[in-house]
Amino acid sequence: MTAVPTAVPTSHEEELDRARRLEAAWGSPHGLVGALRTVDHKAIGRRYVLTALTFFAIGGVLATLMRLQLRQPGAHVLSAEQYNQIFTMHGSTMMFLFAVPVMEGMMIYLVPLLVGTRNVAFPRLNAFGYFIYVLGGIFFYVAFLLHAGPDVGWFAYTPLSLSRFSPGKGPDVWAQLITFTELSALVVAVEIVVTIARQRTVGMTPQRMPIFVWASLVTAVMIIFAMPAIMLSSSMLIMDRLVNTHFFDVAQGGSALLWQHLFWFFGHPEVYIIFIPAMGMVSEIVETFSGRPIVGRPAVIASLAATGTLGFGLWVHHMFATTVPPVGGSFFTATSILISIPTGVQIFCWIATLWTGRPRVTVPLLFVAAFIVVFVIGGLSGVMIASVPLDLQLHDTFFIVAHFHYVLIGGGVLPLFGGLYYWIPKATGRLLSERAGRWHFWLWLIGFNVVFFPMHFLGLAGMPRRVYTYQPDTGWGPLNLLASSGVLLVIAGAVVFVVALLRSRTHGAAAGDDPWRAPSLEWGTSSPPPSYNYLDLPTVRSAVPRWTAHADQPVIAGVRDDVREVLVTRFADAQPDHRARLAGPSIWPFVLAITTTVGFIWSIFDPWGVPIGLILCAPPLIAWFWPWTRERDPRRAPLASEAAA
Amino acid sequence: MVTTAWRPRGRAASAAPLFAPLVGRHPWAGAAGGPASSVVHPASPQAGQIALLWWIAVGISAVVYVLVVAAFFIAIARHRAQEGPPAGADPRAERRATRIVIGAAVATVVILAAWFGLSVASARALERPPAHPVRVEVIGHQWWWELHYAGASPSDAVTSANELHVPVGIPVQLQLASADVIHSFWVPSLDGKRDLIPGTRTTTWFRVDRPGVYRGQCAELCGLEHAHMALLVIAEPKAQFDQWLATQRAPAVPPADPVTWRGQAIFLGAACSLCHTIRGTGAGALSAPDLTHLASRRTIAAGALPNAPGTLGAWIADPHAFKRGTIMPATRLDGGAMQALVAYLRSLR
Repeated sequence: MTAVPTAVPTSHEEELDRARRLEAAWGSPHGLVGALRTVDHKAIGRRYVLTALTFFAIGGVLATLMRLQLRQPGAHVLSAEQYNQIFTMHGSTMMFLFAVPVMEGMMIYLVPLLVGTRNVAFPRLNAFGYFIYVLGGIFFYVAFLLHAGPDVGWFAYTPLSLSRFSPGKGPDVWAQLITFTELSALVVAVEIVVTIARQRTVGMTPQRMPIFVWASLVTAVMIIFAMPAIMLSSSMLIMDRLVNTHFFDVAQGGSALLWQHLFWFFGHPEVYIIFIPAMGMVSEIVETFSGRPIVGRPAVIASLAATGTLGFGLWVHHMFATTVPPVGGSFFTATSILISIPTGVQIFCWIATLWTGRPRVTVPLLFVAAFIVVFVIGGLSGVMIASVPLDLQLHDTFFIVAHFHYVLIGGGVLPLFGGLYYWIPKATGRLLSERAGRWHFWLWLIGFNVVFFPMHFLGLAGMPRRVYTYQPDTGWGPLNLLASSGVLLVIAGAVVFVVALLRSRTHGAAAGDDPWRAPSLEWGTSSPPPSYNYLDLPTVRSAVPRWTAHADQPVIAGVRDDVREVLVTRFADAQPDHRARLAGPSIWPFVLAITTTVGFIWSIFDPWGVPIGLILCAPPLIAWFWPWTRERDPRRAPLASEAAA
Repeated sequence: MVTTAWRPRGRAASAAPLFAPLVGRHPWAGAAGGPASSVVHPASPQAGQIALLWWIAVGISAVVYVLVVAAFFIAIARHRAQEGPPAGADPRAERRATRIVIGAAVATVVILAAWFGLSVASARALERPPAHPVRVEVIGHQWWWELHYAGASPSDAVTSANELHVPVGIPVQLQLASADVIHSFWVPSLDGKRDLIPGTRTTTWFRVDRPGVYRGQCAELCGLEHAHMALLVIAEPKAQFDQWLATQRAPAVPPADPVTWRGQAIFLGAACSLCHTIRGTGAGALSAPDLTHLASRRTIAAGALPNAPGTLGAWIADPHAFKRGTIMPATRLDGGAMQALVAYLRSLR
């Protein structure tokens, strides 16, 4: 047993000494090169979140341009080419460069803290994943600014996206962006699964894992199952375009619909990859601010797992209009309806938690309220379009545009903002302004509904999606103008958030270790946490450890503080198994990301890019894994107690 | 249970006017404003069935929404700012909370099961193909609709574009195909949408119960000018429809005066005849809309412009100004020649 009681008195000097040794072992190198070498999950998680929020802002600018164009019939803000490019960029940016990466960033930042360890399982791989993501995003926007942006929608349906109908490089750029983001997402998924499976602190059995950690685990497993489908299909698309294969070319015996099946087999789980971490955040916020353990904890966890499983069984509801046989239609209607049950159960559990708790209304909880107000509308319209006949009317109209913005902004972005107001004080040590948060909340709640609620009616009145303009005699003008006007409120809310974030760095009140009286481990370390996360690695005896900790709750001892060593525990009972050394800072993940990027971009223009890229990647890989140090630490060092025995 | 027959004076119809200003134009307004286009103002039993489903869903959803949101806000407001240990300490309150959660979950399952039943019953009713329909073949092109009405003999076949004439009260079955990419046929007042998929034939059907003009539009992104791929459905009494069909069967009206003669000569001499057909003349190309009875149509360029002398001339001179992506090239003609060409096209009734 490695846990020893804190009751053993330690002097302040001893503690400072230990902190210095840990900092020397875990600290990140300084300077620009140091920033490229760092493997600290907090630095990388922060980068993910900030980069993703930047892409969110860019996607928002694109959305604003679209609303300007659609504010009245026959407007000329954008040409057809520009509009089609912009909605493709908007959708791809929001899905691939904002929503999924921002959730990945939150997971990378929070999971090691929440499970009480010092870093993620594969720190260098983590650094590599971020560089691949950001380089993919830069490549995508450089192509767009060079007029090679894709214009076939974020779903790139064949045959429209084949060379015959889309000459130029747009769809290739899109398909390669997918490759970048898939790679980065898979990297994150593997780290998260392993970190959760083997690095939870002593006592954090699966049933005691924080719900956000459960959500992260479900999300990571979903990524591992969903991404191969899009990896396959985007590679097939790029091969059809580049080396004249005929997977999707009907004239050569291919299938136009094969693409849709493969794309939505990934594309629908993708929505839940965004939604499930957000649900985890809601659970954490509700638990903290109701001041009591969540009601129906096993049901909430089972709901997350059920959502993650069912999420793979309803992709065909995107394809009802292609003609689905009756039994198939009924099956996918049933699964699409079923998936609302676990979400309903979670909402009921949150309401019961607040009902029986002592709620404190703070900005994070306000964003949970906004989530309920907005998301439930999206959930209900989702149940409507699960019905084949109703979907045939509403599919591909502005009703669907309204629906999925209610679901994704309601069920993804609003909880995310709740989570940001909740965890930013931990990350920066400064509280965000409560007043600014309330302004942000009201501006977004009202602005969002002004923009998107009228779109339901536009869909019912026959306005299809993805149209760059419409005729005056359609009568769609007034509602479009209303929708466009709401954008001003949304922009104002976003500005309030950014200003509040910047001001908090200089004017924010000090957060202290635990500004919220929260139950989970991360609030027990300093804000911001040190490079090694915890001076004393905590142990856990319940699902709400900080509310139930004994006065002499043991901490973990016997893990070296002069090298990057973490405790590895067993999956089921979270008891110590062995100690493992984690890799330290390295420039090679960055170099490998550059060479991978060269290969990916080269292969758009020339199939030789694939072998050349592979060859270019070999040197950094060799350098990455070269055993530079003479000292050969056994991967499995015996525990202190074992050694004694 | 869903009634399979559409009753125009049913619940759905009575609820509809309430939202009329928001959800599109009523068919009867067709003459005054634009053509009708609304999911909730159905003009066919098929769309009526779906509209009924819609209003049921809206009713249930409204109740569920109010209950959930109210419960959430009451839960927050109840013990706000109270200090002391949360009720979680009280095992009786705990058990009650658990029971309520289970009850709400069971209620959800019951409502959803009922909704599933309704939806499947509705789908079954809509899947039954009609007996003795009027058949029309619809071929989607980037960015227009080609329409074929088969006749008793091949020479009786009618080819038209962008305006689907149908008889009132008789089922119409559409055979859908695509010449290039995926399109989607959708006339909201008449039925749900159906994709036109290259390499596959799909079908859909409806019966229009009220004469009128119904607007439809391609609903699947099909490239640059997806926004300009509209379609009108013109539903007329059987006699009028038959008369229209007879007129369309006839070859083009020959030119009757020197101006239209000149216009025809220009049409046949310029690039026009390389793509368009005018039956009864030498122009027989198939890659663009059939113009044999162009003057009988209300719009040109798949709904992008009204069919009038000014717009027709402007379109021919510079089609890209109105529909950037169109394959039709600009035709440079001097004023007199253009007038003659337009006069000829306007004579093709």
